[in-house]
Amino acid sequence: MIAARPFALVLPLLLSLLALSAHAGRRGMPPDVPQVYAKECGACHVAYPPGALPAVSWRRIVDGLERHYGTDASLDDASTARIDEWLQRNAGTWKRVREAPPQDRITRSTWFERKHRKVDAAVWQHTSVKSAANCGACHPGAERGYFDDDDLRVPPGLPARYRGAWSGD
Amino acid sequence: MTFARSSSRRHRTVGLLCLTLALPMAGVRAADTTPAQQLARWSAAAGASGDAARGRAFFTSRHGAEWSCASCHGDPPLAAGRHQSTGKTIDPLAPAANPAAFTDAAHVDKWFRRNCKDVLARECDAREKADVLAYLMELKR
Repeated sequence: MIAARPFALVLPLLLSLLALSAHAGRRGMPPDVPQVYAKECGACHVAYPPGALPAVSWRRIVDGLERHYGTDASLDDASTARIDEWLQRNAGTWKRVREAPPQDRITRSTWFERKHRKVDAAVWQHTSVKSAANCGACHPGAERGYFDDDDLRVPPGLPARYRGAWSGD
Repeated sequence: MTFARSSSRRHRTVGLLCLTLALPMAGVRAADTTPAQQLARWSAAAGASGDAARGRAFFTSRHGAEWSCASCHGDPPLAAGRHQSTGKTIDPLAPAANPAAFTDAAHVDKWFRRNCKDVLARECDAREKADVLAYLMELKR
């Protein structure tokens, strides 16, 4: 259909713009992830979306990389500065993220605990999960900053009695 | 999770595509060295050739603390390992199982420094590195 063609061409562009504008806000991963962030911060854990913590938490984390949750994660000055700048620019400003969680841990945030309140303690410790930091165990899009409730998966081998949290919010 | 809940599925698919294109390749290596060159470098610094048997013992020992190298890298490290705190998958360490292993000198130095501190609470010396690499290079799939 000839009449549909211009729309077919323009629609993907519009959707791309919509997606980009959404990512400029609090959701998911911003489109301009620095290579050094993905490489260094994403080496030991998911490269967390900057919107998950307030700027004050990110600043403390970046300033204390030599004592980073039990490990020395220090980087050269240029890498540290690049990561700091990007995290500060993209830090969470939305209502629930305004307050720094205890120890600047995403998993201790009020919103995180509320969203995961139905997840049994045994689930976090299951061999296919191991840690609340292992977002990808249940959120297949975690590495790309996608944490949609619709896209949850049950970690392999999780006993049926613990699967209640996957049946809806 | 709250950050992405309100996006529609179509919106999300396009966003995913954008991100896939925008995300850098985290696994890129400079490929400026080889495992054999690294072994030669540490053997020279230690004044002795790396010893594979000693390297294996070092790799699998907890050194009086909680972790060994093998805790995260596996024993033997011929398959993907797993970070013991975060659960994140770690590429296989042995060159036989991972052609990118020990091919970027800065990467090698950084991870020896960090991981030795995690396991031994100090940096490894040249002899220890030579031993470990001799062990790793001996492993076959």
